[in-house]
Amino acid sequence: MKSRYDVIVVGGGPGGAIAARTAAEKGLSVFLAEKRPAIGAPVRCAEGIGKEALAEFIDPDPRWISAELKGAEIVAPDGTSMRLASEQAGSKVGYILDRKFFDRELVWRAAEAGADVAVKTRAVAPVLDGGAVKGAVFEYCGERRRVAADVVIAADGVESKFSRWCGIDTTVPVREIMTSAQYLMTDIDIDPYTTVFLLGNEVAPEGYLWIFPKGERTANVGIGISGKKSGAGHRARDYLDKFVSSRFPGGKTIEHIVGGVSVCRPLSCTVADGLMIIGDAARVVDPLTGGGIYNAMFTGRLAAATAVAAISKGDCSKAALMPYDTAWRKSPMGETIARNWQIKEYLIKLPDEKLNAIIQSAASLNLKEFSTLSLIRELMKRNPKLVVELAALKASLG
Amino acid sequence: MSKSFRVLCADCTRMLQVHREICGYCGCCVSVCPEGALELIDAYLEVGESCTGCGICAKVCPLGALEVTDEVQV
Ligand SMILES: Cc1cc2nc3c(=O)[nH]c(=O)nc-3n(C[C@H](O)[C@H](O)[C@H](O)COP(=O)(O)OP(=O)(O)OC[C@H]3O[C@@H](n4cnc5c(N)ncnc54)[C@H](O)[C@@H]3O)c2cc1C
Ligand code: SF4
Ligand code: SF4
Repeated sequence: MKSRYDVIVVGGGPGGAIAARTAAEKGLSVFLAEKRPAIGAPVRCAEGIGKEALAEFIDPDPRWISAELKGAEIVAPDGTSMRLASEQAGSKVGYILDRKFFDRELVWRAAEAGADVAVKTRAVAPVLDGGAVKGAVFEYCGERRRVAADVVIAADGVESKFSRWCGIDTTVPVREIMTSAQYLMTDIDIDPYTTVFLLGNEVAPEGYLWIFPKGERTANVGIGISGKKSGAGHRARDYLDKFVSSRFPGGKTIEHIVGGVSVCRPLSCTVADGLMIIGDAARVVDPLTGGGIYNAMFTGRLAAATAVAAISKGDCSKAALMPYDTAWRKSPMGETIARNWQIKEYLIKLPDEKLNAIIQSAASLNLKEFSTLSLIRELMKRNPKLVVELAALKASLG
Repeated sequence: MSKSFRVLCADCTRMLQVHREICGYCGCCVSVCPEGALELIDAYLEVGESCTGCGICAKVCPLGALEVTDEVQV
């Protein structure tokens, strides 16, 4: 740890690692700090990512890929199952990663590109100068050190405390936190090539339950429910235990995972003087799927590129960093977040009977092209009773 | 070791208790606290002085590791 860098990255998840690697590759001096003693552990993720999405950042490597998927299955509250083969599911089809190794690989590459990396090193405060962020204070084994930087990239995940200390409200609304629990289970009967999503108010209120294969007889079995629906006796873990005891009574749990995923709209602004916020910390998780690995890497790369440009011009003010905020919002990722937030808001209000009706008719469709709008159009044709709601959804999607 | 007991007074404050034997140190509670009162120091969840005892964090915890009580730590 030196006392000055061009860029400080707070948090060693996929977002922070890609940001650090990108900035270092462009010749900046970079410091990446992770507060946990090990990168990637404990895991807070179901580890699914689309093939094309992953390929944008790194070539797939069997050392950190647990399973390759061929399709997905969506199960309605009444048990109706809808299968999406790879051609239809598009980017939904991909891999289940082994994030302990994946996250390490990303950080290793950042280090290899020249970034300084420190673990068990926690950012405890920003260094502020007239309201502008000029670095961060770190704590390592009880000792505090001040590190100056032109730009700080906050990649501190769902907790998102760094930006808060800089005066930005990152609080996730209770109804828009997916409170989650997951077991890595083994010795269970599953389809090792298909991800399964189970919906319904009894199974997972305002969320879903997932089975993501990690091998022949091994899978991440997990659930996320709305914080609004969580409480004593009906927490994420209670729903998961209920499901697991009936579906996989003989299964063995070899890892116990908990976490929170934001499914709110992104922060209204993700830059400030000397500061950029990326990944989960910026609340850029896909609100429909809860997927955030790609979005973290995408915003990480963009933030680093913006830092390079700003630093070369000697201006790291909010205005100079604003192109980062504008670019991700206009990107396909930003547009997908906006659209999927609308779809999520629509879906969580549907009673189980309507969800059943939609999945029943979608299951009988054979769409060549699986776009959201073509799906809605077909569903409207087949579900006269749902036309009003579906039309409202279609309109909200523009 | 700290011990907790119920205080029979009118102005005792509500406070947040962390059941460390249950907590899975995931940070879910940290993200919803309107006061920014919670912080994860690796596997240790720390409750700051700005906590108002509102209970939002206790509601969302996936494991039920948080509890708002009228007790006072001594
Ligand atoms: C149960 C669950 C299932 C999920 N399933 C999927 C899935 O299948 N697919 C998908 O794409 N996404 C999934 N997600 C979301 C995904 O895990 C996140 O979107 C992704 O990890 C975000 O990456 P990030 O780099 O922004 O943050 P993180 O990966 O959370 O990394 C942030 C890092 O910052 C560190 N940190 C925090 N504060 C400080 C500090 N003060 N100083 C130093 N370091 C700090 C943290 O310790 C952490 O390591 C899931 C999430 C959960 C909880
Ligand atoms: S949400 Fe619960 S399990 Fe997670 S850190 Fe907070 S108290 Fe611990
Ligand atoms: S009780 Fe309320 S104020 Fe206190 S830590 Fe929990 S959410 Fe924050």
